[in-house]
Amino acid sequence: MEKTTSKKDLKAFRKETREWLDANCPASMREPIAGPEDVYWGGRNSEFKTPDFKIWFEKMHEKRWIAPHWEKKYGGGGLDRMEYKILTEEMTKLGCRKPLFSFGLSMLGPALLKFANEEQKIKYLNDIVDAKIRWGQGYSEPGAGSDLANVQTKAEDKGDHYLVNGQKVWTSYGEKADMIFCLVRTDTEVPKHHGISFLLIDMATEGASTRPIKLISGKSPFCETFYDNVKVPKENLIGTPGQGWDIAKYLLTHERQMIGGIGETHVPTPVSDVAKKYLEVKDGMLTDNFLRSEIAKFEMDEAIFDMTIERVIDEAKAGNNSGALSSFFKYYGTELNKRRYELFVACQGLDGLAWEGEQFKNGAIAKQFCRTKGNSIEGGTSEIQLNIISKRILGLPSR
Amino acid sequence: MALILTEEEQLLKSSVSELFKSKAPIAALRKLRDNKDPLGYSKSLWKEMANMGLAGLTIPEAYGGMGFSYVGLGQVMEACGRTLVASPLVSTTLLSATAIQLGGNENQKSKYLPNISDGSMIVAIAIDEGRHHHPDNCNTTITDGKITGEKTMVLDGHIADKIIVSVKNSVGDIQLVVVDAKSDGVAVEKIEMMDSRNLANIRFPNVVVENILDSYSGSYNLLENVLDIGRIGLAAEMLGGIQEAFSRTIAYLKERTQFGVPIGSFQALQHRAADMFGEIELCKSVVMKALKAIDENSQDLPKMSSLAKAKLGETYKRVSNEGIQMFGGIGMTDDEEIGFFLKRARVVQHTLGDTNYHLDRLAKMKSY
Ligand SMILES: Cc1cc2nc3c(=O)[nH]c(=O)nc-3n(C[C@H](O)[C@H](O)[C@H](O)COP(=O)(O)OP(=O)(O)OC[C@H]3O[C@@H](n4cnc5c(N)ncnc54)[C@H](O)[C@@H]3O)c2cc1C
Repeated sequence: MEKTTSKKDLKAFRKETREWLDANCPASMREPIAGPEDVYWGGRNSEFKTPDFKIWFEKMHEKRWIAPHWEKKYGGGGLDRMEYKILTEEMTKLGCRKPLFSFGLSMLGPALLKFANEEQKIKYLNDIVDAKIRWGQGYSEPGAGSDLANVQTKAEDKGDHYLVNGQKVWTSYGEKADMIFCLVRTDTEVPKHHGISFLLIDMATEGASTRPIKLISGKSPFCETFYDNVKVPKENLIGTPGQGWDIAKYLLTHERQMIGGIGETHVPTPVSDVAKKYLEVKDGMLTDNFLRSEIAKFEMDEAIFDMTIERVIDEAKAGNNSGALSSFFKYYGTELNKRRYELFVACQGLDGLAWEGEQFKNGAIAKQFCRTKGNSIEGGTSEIQLNIISKRILGLPSR
Repeated sequence: MALILTEEEQLLKSSVSELFKSKAPIAALRKLRDNKDPLGYSKSLWKEMANMGLAGLTIPEAYGGMGFSYVGLGQVMEACGRTLVASPLVSTTLLSATAIQLGGNENQKSKYLPNISDGSMIVAIAIDEGRHHHPDNCNTTITDGKITGEKTMVLDGHIADKIIVSVKNSVGDIQLVVVDAKSDGVAVEKIEMMDSRNLANIRFPNVVVENILDSYSGSYNLLENVLDIGRIGLAAEMLGGIQEAFSRTIAYLKERTQFGVPIGSFQALQHRAADMFGEIELCKSVVMKALKAIDENSQDLPKMSSLAKAKLGETYKRVSNEGIQMFGGIGMTDDEEIGFFLKRARVVQHTLGDTNYHLDRLAKMKSY
């Protein structure tokens, strides 16, 4: 049974939360995030970019609000859904950043909570909350992108360990990851979906290596990852052999919600504010009529998408669970974000296209613009989400 | 307030859905159309709706109504949208009763609202003067208790007992006045519309006013407040039409075979369907949020109303177009009902401002 807090206690909780956040969140931690280098990721070689990052992480850690909704024995804060919603709302209002960005929190954690044994949960979840381990995701391979169940990286059962051989690709921050959760093939005799297992691999093990890939945004945040006779202890298997596909899919629903922007505390700059700053305005109206109507349409969809997140959460609380909706959120949220950056660039003109130079923040907008194009690819492409909606929600037949 | 229905609202929704399914399916609208029915709606159905409390749903109990929430009225509107019910609900309950409630004094409320509640009085509201929705363009004048001007696109204007008219007074403010439809000079010209419903153009040459609704105490102005509530109600109706047209289209995709397979297995159609599914999810949210904004007397009402009307207009257009396209040739026939949604979509999205009108209004609210 989930604990629930009474209305009156919630009111008090909101007030205390706001006061605590306001008193403890450093000003610089309320500034918009400038990019993936501008957050704290944790891990064995982690560094705090500025002292404020450290203060904020430590305060929130002490308050047990790194994973506010996980059980206390796993390092969480034990908040119920309503309290968690309130905390997120208050952080959003004050513009507080998340103290820790981690694939452990947003992706692996939920999967462990559902599929891992107690010993694994205690160990790995606490390490995630304590920011001891930085995690990477080893799903995609050169021959297994959208067709993810086609993974070929092999893990042979050698009695006390698995022997892993193969290659992963597009591993985000692979070179920085301490450990990678991997989909590996443990059985080649059964249909492809049934021969996959979910394995945690320590990248410090002999035979594991990475090679960076440069992106259109000019950065190299992801890698090819190689496994050459890597020995992985048996206890690093999550669930049972052959259960990997179920775990992978479950984890993907969480990844999709994250990419779709669910639970985000950072409110993006309104496009119309950027437009007013960079473009000509006459009689309170943008003189570029075409752009004006595009912006109005975008802001309409943006506002209503937020209402939809709110409605679906409210419905879920009332017991109407709408399962496959994570595909819709992933699809809509990422397409929306791409539209947002198209408009930022359109509004800023030269400033939005410059790639280098102090006065252009070293091309931050142009680079983020390029990066958003990956939103509708990573975590399952837009087309794959539409396939899932067609089949699982609308019940349309397969060929 | 959570974005879900209360038990009462849920109950209302299912009972009106049942009523309309049996008493007012699309076939009923077709019959009114084919018979060139002079009223354009079924009196017996309206009577039954009134007996169920629908005509006075949002009217306080003191005036014979049900005192129900606008979220509740939204559920009725949505059900109307699903089977394209032609009734005076929009003109009389959604718009006029709201105007009288918000702007009328005690005497005026007692005079009109009980008659609306029991279904015996139909009230139309006349605000536009051209082909497009422009409530600010008001050239109808009032002097010495008499109004002069011409109004267009008056819903149910040809069957109304009373007409609420927007007029400009001597200091240039827009006011709402009540006119008896039988007063000397009132000239009504009924117009058959594409959706088989009626609008009327009405001339008021020096016509005597029965009452001036001058007791508004809300936060902006009476006309805009009434219109915003009306737009949200129409958005709820559109939500019903959109969902119905969409589910009929999905059913057809599963049923029709070509090349030896159901056409719904073609990815080109699946992706368009899945994309519409998402837009409809957005529609549900904005309608619910906007209806709640009415009940909560929210400062955000103008914004919510424009968001809802803009989004629903856009989506109804898309879903009704795709409906015809995905039905193929049969979608073009009068026998197949999917075409009725296309026709209603265009008229309802035009009523009280189309998508572009409301996008423009939203942009102005944010000064860009
Ligand atoms: C920024 C970024 C970060 C990433 N991070 C990670 C990570 O950390 N870990 C990880 O494992 N992976 C990661 N990925 C990989 C990502 O999951 C894959 O790129 C994605 O699943 C698509 O696979 P693919 O690149 O092989 O494209 P393909 O599958 O080859 O797709 C090419 C095109 O074909 C379309 N297509 C494919 N199949 C279908 C179909 N059935 N119906 C219709 N259209 C179809 C696709 O939609 C796409 O448009 C990342 C990708 C990006 C861009």
